[in-house]
Amino acid sequence: MPLDQNADPLVSIRGLTRIFDVSKPLLNRIVERLPKRLLTAVSDVSFDVPERTTYALVGESGSGKSTIGKMVVGLLNPSEGEVEIEGINLASETDPDKIEQVRSDIQMIFQDPYASLNPRWRVRDIITEPVRIRGGETDGLAEKLLEQVGLSAVDAIKFPHEFSGGQRQRICVARALASEPKLIVADEPTSALDVSVQAQVLNLMSDLKDEFGLTYILISHDLTVVRHMADRIGVLYLGRLVEEASPDALFTDPKHPYTQMLIEAAPRMDGFGREIVPPEGEIPDPISPPPGCAYHPRCPIAVERCSQERPQLEWKGQSRVACFLAE
Amino acid sequence: MTTPVLSVRNLTVEIPTRAGLLKPVDGISYDIAAGEILGVVGESGAGKSMTGNAVIGLLDRPARIASGEIHVNGRRIDRLSRKELRRSRGKEIGMIFQDPLTSLNPLLTIGDQLTETISEHLDVSDGEAKARAIHALEEVGIPAARDRIDAYPHQFSGGMRQRVVIALALCAEPSLVIADEPTTALDVSVQAQITALLKRLCRERGMAVMLVTHDMGVIAETADRVAVMYAGRLAELGPVRDVITAPMHPYTDGLMQATPDASEGATRLRQIPGAMPRLGSLPPGCAFNPRCPYTQDRCCQDPPPTRDVTDGRAACWFPLTEHAAIPA
Repeated sequence: MPLDQNADPLVSIRGLTRIFDVSKPLLNRIVERLPKRLLTAVSDVSFDVPERTTYALVGESGSGKSTIGKMVVGLLNPSEGEVEIEGINLASETDPDKIEQVRSDIQMIFQDPYASLNPRWRVRDIITEPVRIRGGETDGLAEKLLEQVGLSAVDAIKFPHEFSGGQRQRICVARALASEPKLIVADEPTSALDVSVQAQVLNLMSDLKDEFGLTYILISHDLTVVRHMADRIGVLYLGRLVEEASPDALFTDPKHPYTQMLIEAAPRMDGFGREIVPPEGEIPDPISPPPGCAYHPRCPIAVERCSQERPQLEWKGQSRVACFLAE
Repeated sequence: MTTPVLSVRNLTVEIPTRAGLLKPVDGISYDIAAGEILGVVGESGAGKSMTGNAVIGLLDRPARIASGEIHVNGRRIDRLSRKELRRSRGKEIGMIFQDPLTSLNPLLTIGDQLTETISEHLDVSDGEAKARAIHALEEVGIPAARDRIDAYPHQFSGGMRQRVVIALALCAEPSLVIADEPTTALDVSVQAQITALLKRLCRERGMAVMLVTHDMGVIAETADRVAVMYAGRLAELGPVRDVITAPMHPYTDGLMQATPDASEGATRLRQIPGAMPRLGSLPPGCAFNPRCPYTQDRCCQDPPPTRDVTDGRAACWFPLTEHAAIPA
């Protein structure tokens, strides 16, 4: 169970905030007398991921989901707040042995399997790099992993261009598994893939989770994928968590108006000739977000309070919701 | 029966390569009536975009139409000269591309781009063209169209840009619109806005729409009929409800099962083994036979013809309605 009810979650995130400076260069700013421009990509996000579960972050573009993923694996430093993995905060820990241990427990799978494999390296070198770089034993490792992800051992001497998109993503999964991690952050792992191949990669990820006792943080914009994979879902809007619930609760009884809109707007296979009232507006500019609840300009049930005060994420039953009007 | 707006017969597109002749589109036939939305689905490399580009005459060389006929409003257009084709593009056929950022010219205001298209195709004065451009923007739901007409594409958000692209495709009042993945680059909420817009315009103007997408959910909600493509061939064509609820081609069936559905929880997805074959190494017979759970000898020898089966068509020797009792 989430937040503080579990004694030792694998990942614990508290008050995570990331602000990007998107100002023009200093000289331009002085000459043109422009103020600094700050973009708050992630704002005060807290959640826990227990071991051997899948936590999914969903949201539209600009919601900050990828930024959170990058901060979890340490590709970005938080502006505020902390990420603790196995009880260790990588940003403040000083013991190099502990840092090394935690780092080898984290791996990442990226969205684009064409851009995330070095085209000049053989598949064997790609897969074994995370182990080789730490001086580990790599004999036969690539071959073993290739078979585990459904490719063949002879593929180890090939180059990435000899594989299709789905096969490349399997290679990315094999590379992520090489250092025997506990946590894998998968950022849109299947959105570049075709439906039939997506099913193969999602099933593979589920199998590997059971086999190796993995914990996933799955970042996706696709609600249907998330529903299939996640144990717990966090919905992000403009850098903030607006709702967090189990998949069943989220899909049968969404509490935040934004979640309700997302679920309603997602195309359905059984929605023949369905006429929906299309949602209004678009995600506002994150440099100058609306005051109060960031969703209030688009929200059909907003009241005056929503434009003045920012709702906090609060427990409602088994879910956490940031809305004044949620029941 | 009235003449369909678009009628494609045995369309084959060839690409000569050093390794031999590739056929990204192989003997495809379909019609689209006025006011109808035909969805074309398939995975990457199935030839769906290539079909759309062939219809509007935008094939990149060395790809070429090898055989077949394309009629728009009863007039054959696949033999037109470049000049004639240029006139019919935009006027008779509008095109909506996937990426709204690259399909607009970043150096021209959207007003310039709209009035250029309108003046090119319709015999109107400059003032009238501008008025029509503003009207076109209003119709696609751009607020304060009169002010925003002098804005540049980068000043619009992704969803608004796609609305501009739609306005651009529709401003010369074409009778056929080809929409190639119009919502793929957009967020869910904006996708819902754009599909609702397309549906409304199709209904109001009686346009024929060819909607190319890989998203079965979008097809289910938007299209009247659906064509499923696999390795350049038509696997199945029929009314959208029939194709999705009772698919006849095993590939269509596999595609449905592999699509995760929001209405059910964590079940294991059924996957189609393997991947679509490359065009240069298609298996003999039915192109789907290496991945098909029902393959029999005949499937590996002769390519199946597109058969007439009840309302729809499926290119399969053993369509599912006939052997549904056989366990996989």
